[in-house]
Amino acid sequence: MLIFEHSRPGRRNYSQSPKAAEATDIPEKLLRKTLPLLPEVSEMDAVRHYTRLSQKNFSIDTHFYPLGSCTMKYNPRACNSLAMLPQFLARHPRSPESTGQGFLACMYELQEILKDVTGMAGVSLTPMAGAQGELIGIAMIRAYHESRGDTDRTEIIVPDAAHGTNPATAVMCGYKVVEIATDKEGNVDMAALKAAVGPKTAGLMLTNPSTLGVFEENVAEMSRIVHQAGGLLYYDGANLNAILGKVKPGDMGFDVIHINLHKTFSTPHGGGGPGSAPVGVAPRLLPFMPVPIVAFENGAYRWQTEKDIPQSIGRLSAHMGNAGVLLRAYVYVRLLGAEGMHRVAEFAALNANYLMAELRKAGFEIAYPNRRASHEFIVTLKDLKEKTGVTAMNLAKRLLDKGYHAPTTYFPLLVPECLLIEPAETESKETLDAFVTAMKEILEEAHTQPDVVKSAPHATPVRRLDDVKAAREPDLAWKAPTRNISVTRTETLTAIPSVSVA
Amino acid sequence: MPFIPHTEEDIQAMLASIGASSIDELFDEIPPTLKTGTLKRVPPGLSEMEISRLMLERAEQDGRYLNFIGAGAYEHHIPAAVWQIATRGEFYSSYTPYQAEASQGTLQLLYEYQTMMASLTGMDVSNASMYDGASALAEAALMAVRSHRTSRRILIPQAVHPVYRSVVRAIVKNQGIEVVEIPYDKLSGQTSLDGLENFGSEEFAALVIPQPNFFGVLEDVDALTHWAQSRDAFAIAVVNPMALAMLTPPGEWGERGADIAVGEGQPLGIPLSSGGPYFGFMACKQPLVRQMPGRIIGRTTDQEGSDGFVLTLQAREQHIRRSKATSNICTNQGLMVTAATIYLALLGPEGLRRTAAQSHANTAGLLEKLERLKGVKRMFNGPLFHEAVISLPRPAASVLQTLEARRILGGLNLKEYYPELGEAVLVCATETKTSADMENYVMQLGDVIRNS
Repeated sequence: MLIFEHSRPGRRNYSQSPKAAEATDIPEKLLRKTLPLLPEVSEMDAVRHYTRLSQKNFSIDTHFYPLGSCTMKYNPRACNSLAMLPQFLARHPRSPESTGQGFLACMYELQEILKDVTGMAGVSLTPMAGAQGELIGIAMIRAYHESRGDTDRTEIIVPDAAHGTNPATAVMCGYKVVEIATDKEGNVDMAALKAAVGPKTAGLMLTNPSTLGVFEENVAEMSRIVHQAGGLLYYDGANLNAILGKVKPGDMGFDVIHINLHKTFSTPHGGGGPGSAPVGVAPRLLPFMPVPIVAFENGAYRWQTEKDIPQSIGRLSAHMGNAGVLLRAYVYVRLLGAEGMHRVAEFAALNANYLMAELRKAGFEIAYPNRRASHEFIVTLKDLKEKTGVTAMNLAKRLLDKGYHAPTTYFPLLVPECLLIEPAETESKETLDAFVTAMKEILEEAHTQPDVVKSAPHATPVRRLDDVKAAREPDLAWKAPTRNISVTRTETLTAIPSVSVA
Repeated sequence: MPFIPHTEEDIQAMLASIGASSIDELFDEIPPTLKTGTLKRVPPGLSEMEISRLMLERAEQDGRYLNFIGAGAYEHHIPAAVWQIATRGEFYSSYTPYQAEASQGTLQLLYEYQTMMASLTGMDVSNASMYDGASALAEAALMAVRSHRTSRRILIPQAVHPVYRSVVRAIVKNQGIEVVEIPYDKLSGQTSLDGLENFGSEEFAALVIPQPNFFGVLEDVDALTHWAQSRDAFAIAVVNPMALAMLTPPGEWGERGADIAVGEGQPLGIPLSSGGPYFGFMACKQPLVRQMPGRIIGRTTDQEGSDGFVLTLQAREQHIRRSKATSNICTNQGLMVTAATIYLALLGPEGLRRTAAQSHANTAGLLEKLERLKGVKRMFNGPLFHEAVISLPRPAASVLQTLEARRILGGLNLKEYYPELGEAVLVCATETKTSADMENYVMQLGDVIRNS
């Protein structure tokens, strides 16, 4: 049932609205004539409705969520409660720096910690999501080339295993995308890279470890090739969790990086955002960084603006980025400390390699069996599909029945019938073992009663949903059956008997 | 080890299964020369008790002020239920609803959100949100250019939030899109129709129409929408959603209604929090829906005919279309929209309208009192909504600084953005301000002016 279907005309929450006020100075022609379609429900109705909706979600707090390339690790509750201290929540973004020294101290220290972790010379916290971090990174590469009068560089090279955001970002920055292939061991095909690089190359976007779950062994050589041709290297930090404290992107030769805080630094995924993706740069890109950036001078913190960084690519958000997410990440890095950071990559790798080994023993085919898993790995169901007709999608849906969120399916696109599995470091051995048991059961079902798998899920709040119908006959907003209440100004402001709520 | 559950026994058993002798061996494909030494600038880990103490001290150091700044981020009451429910683990720690059957909570909520926003803006379709108001405006500009096909120029009034204009420029410039600014009328504070007429014979992909504009002034939205559409340009509304509880929605502007409506969703239950995370909203008319960026949720049916919700029209998006996508955007601002939807459900149409009306009445009342102070004047004579520019008889910077020492944030100094306005301050009083708050502000301001 939708919240609108709980609605009854005239039902209101008196404790949540001011007493009627007049607004007689606004010209009549600028006032709306019909009420917006918002529900009229009691506070308890709303609380119950949204609590019930929440219960229809899988989440990290309720389920193992091995969604590859998304790093669904435990989100410590302290990160949330400390970022939501009343003074932090109340601080207006345009209030003077002198009123926010405590907040700015957290931001400055986070910048410094991220510089160290990534091996970069500068960090800006403004990007509001991974894709915006990418946009900013590529815009800086473009600004760098333009500042040198090097304007013939019109291409960005992207491996075929990359996230879709990479090519989409390059296009948004006015570049042409040159896609290069992957070799049979999951590395970028070096011959293809050499053939693609040239005087038109503005840069290369690379995720390392890649979305195939392996470390690019030739990264130093790739860096040499691209730099020699005058291009720059972009590091997509989607998989930073796999190497946190082990390898710094700066040491691999990258010129610019974005860090998905909602992945590696455990800020909430929130049902799909808010993200936050600070960018780090090598010295040559410092003059182009997005503003604002926190500086510490003469014992006080302040925002650096376009005045301090005149060649800045500019501002990408109305204020300073997702401050509250940054506070959560700050609390997380302070809880981990240097020691804890090393362990993130270690246990992410231990869990991934263990799960890969156990699934292989259980009869699943590993896409890159000769490689170590990074913090994730790929299972391919190509053979299973041929033998039983059970697809990656079927298996994913059957996992939901067994109380597990599905891994990422059908990505990367180059591995057929693939499951990209990332357990994250915060899961215990027992959880991984239970997941393997569930996977084994489904594998057996695929052979003995494939229809059960193909028609899954059976135990979720809804059965398999019709995506085709959704796209063909888009129903994107609920329509009220009959109601269309017209209001005049006087009715608007006095229709409800004045109930004293003082 | 923070948040790592492994016992020594687990580690040994897992390594044995892998066939590795140590955890270090798992990194043996990484060339040794690349391996990091130490993290010198990362301090040692803290316990939860220790970090709690530190954060509390920093929060208390910042304290709280009596705030009269608006300028695109507004202090409204947020019902307790909003964030108590939004931060339930099932919302807080889930991800993008790729597995629809395991994400019906988030998906249904987003469908409800889209319904509410489509209705508030008077448009046909809303997406599931953007990063913030400024970037939503930039995406609307890109969408207009994609849809227009012949022009790559956008008209933006100078009365649009100055940072929004910067963000639009930063995002669209690499695609060869030109941004042309149009002046405001010095008396009314409204976008100058005369200024617009200078461009009457040129082709543009879109005209951006703010309501209210950055000065809090209400524009003649019908005339502006008509101007744009009669010249084959799209009308892009950038609006405060709280104001829409009272004001004509963009879908009803001019003869046909605006084509795209965007704005900052923060007034709907999102705390000020130093500027984020907020959320941008975007809604449009039906013919433009396939050019819209971002996530969109649709209602459909399952195998048994029951209603359910899915991500839909994904053929626009980067994970399907890659370099041909409408935008590189991947996530929306799910958690913020969760809060906003609960907020709108708790307030309802009348609660929202009263909140808007009370905010407006408070600002109007405050202005009346301020204008009684010697030398304080309202800068513009156009009608306004819950925010206004006042001019001061003393340097604004020092007046605001003195007020700050008295724990009052007296407004935003406009000198950085509009030096031509002199000692101008943008002031806002929402429904959160009591008569005593406003009297305190007026009294202190009067005192500062007299004694400086």
